[in-house]
Amino acid sequence: MKNRVVLYFSAVQSEQPIIYQLIKNTDLIVNILKADINPQKEGYLVVELEGDKPHYEAGIKFLENLGVIVEPLSQTVVWHDELCIQCGACASFCPTQALSIERESMIVSFDNSRCVVCGMCLECCPTLAIKLHFELKEAV
Amino acid sequence: MTCKKTYEEINEKIRRGEAVVVTAEEVIDVVAEKGYAKAAQEIDVVTTGTFGPMCSSGVFINFGHSKPRIRMQKVWLNGVEAYGGIAAVDAYLGATQVADNDPENKVYPGRFMYGGGHVIHDLVAGKEIRLEAISYGTDCYPNKKVDTVITLADVNEAFMFNPRNAYQNYNCAVNLGDKNIYTYMGVLKPRLGNAAYSTAGQLSPLFNDPHYRTTGIGTRIFLGGGVGYVAWNGTQHHPNVPRGENGVPMATAGTLSLIGDLKQMDPHWLVGLSYLGYGPTLAVGVGIPIPILDEEMLRYTAVKDEEIFCPVVDYHQGYPYGNHTDLGFVSFKDLKSGKVTINGQEVVTTPQSSYPRARQIAGILKAWIQAGQFELTQPVAALPGADSQIDFKSLPDRQPNGVLSMVRNRR
Ligand code: SF4
Ligand code: SF4
Repeated sequence: MKNRVVLYFSAVQSEQPIIYQLIKNTDLIVNILKADINPQKEGYLVVELEGDKPHYEAGIKFLENLGVIVEPLSQTVVWHDELCIQCGACASFCPTQALSIERESMIVSFDNSRCVVCGMCLECCPTLAIKLHFELKEAV
Repeated sequence: MTCKKTYEEINEKIRRGEAVVVTAEEVIDVVAEKGYAKAAQEIDVVTTGTFGPMCSSGVFINFGHSKPRIRMQKVWLNGVEAYGGIAAVDAYLGATQVADNDPENKVYPGRFMYGGGHVIHDLVAGKEIRLEAISYGTDCYPNKKVDTVITLADVNEAFMFNPRNAYQNYNCAVNLGDKNIYTYMGVLKPRLGNAAYSTAGQLSPLFNDPHYRTTGIGTRIFLGGGVGYVAWNGTQHHPNVPRGENGVPMATAGTLSLIGDLKQMDPHWLVGLSYLGYGPTLAVGVGIPIPILDEEMLRYTAVKDEEIFCPVVDYHQGYPYGNHTDLGFVSFKDLKSGKVTINGQEVVTTPQSSYPRARQIAGILKAWIQAGQFELTQPVAALPGADSQIDFKSLPDRQPNGVLSMVRNRR
């Protein structure tokens, strides 16, 4: 299985080689998507964890035992109308019609409620007008 | 053909504010209602537009002299190199220039967040740009290094000079391979996963003047939000290709080299682009007015999306390696509908050029002409036409050893 989670660290934990141990102990594939540690050494990591179910569960347990707060990732896609040039490339990649073209005018619009955050549109936009927004809590 | 107008007659009407101007879309409806002959009598000018990635674009800049003076040997704008091998403080910045510190495709596919096209956009937007230059120092130009901040307003001259824009027709790109490919036509999904195209169809300048009757050297145009001119035929101008009965080429054909004052332009119409796995480039807005000199010109401008066909080209083996598979043609009308049929398979279409913005450009040019601000120009010289014998050459593959020793002996 493959899942994206946010790991919230406190200062004590950020000084330990947690990710190293996580990989070593559980054999999970860990892909760091975003990281931020403040000067007080608190912060978060957005990671993608990949491995079979027992390993995945062991990994989460391992992190929780260390006092790391593990939360499901909530992300949204933000469409920056002011950067968009209305080329329409993204709409052809969107599986849910969240990004769609009104064929008469060829104008592209974005309907957030239909977006399943699959990420398909992000790569194909040449103006980088579509961005992934991670919703995060204040670091604990 | 009874109706005939001259450039001067049309300009006289523009000056009086009486010219009848329609866009290349609107003319289609006028013809449907009134027929060719009547439409040709009534309409004086048809405006066209296109807005899409045009890689062969760039700007010449003269920065002004530093104190002491420098003969800029290498030049960077926001870390993107401009060509400095011309006079002391002149340089040319190309749209597809990759920033020096860009990771390129080392992590494939690269994102190419900032390059030449983005610098051009930022310049036109009036932003501050870091200018770095180095040199070896001469008696007349002793300075060896410059590191400063400039804006477009600070430089002496800045003009856009694009070697190849406004392609008359373009390939519809597909991928016959079995994994994603990342091209200047965008992301192409495997096994005919999508079909990318890049043209404004019935609004596109050279589809409306397929034989370059009124578009030639010296033609005044809309370029990047300002006024520009056709400077020459574009590079890879290859007009002698198969054409339909309406004169519209069935393959990539004519191109234009365009020039215009960057200081008059607008960042809305010059937008830096990042093509995943390919590189940076620039979306350029171009609009060309077409004088309706007679009924023949009107017929050309009345061309419709369903009468324009693009060749389908495989970008897995065909385009890069020349192992072409015949995939036929698709009409621009079908491309615009969102789905085309290729090899019996229904394929989703991915546009690269912005139709809404092409339409806006044709509208702006129309408004300029109606307001008497923009007069038409008769070309100073014609572009090579469909009857020219231009070879589309490839690069020769030769051993350079002999040439090298010749160069050495010259010293
Ligand atoms: S993330 Fe997926 S569903 Fe959401 S807009 Fe992009 S392509 Fe559509
Ligand atoms: S790909 Fe980007 S620029 Fe093009 S329509 Fe979509 S959001 Fe706009």
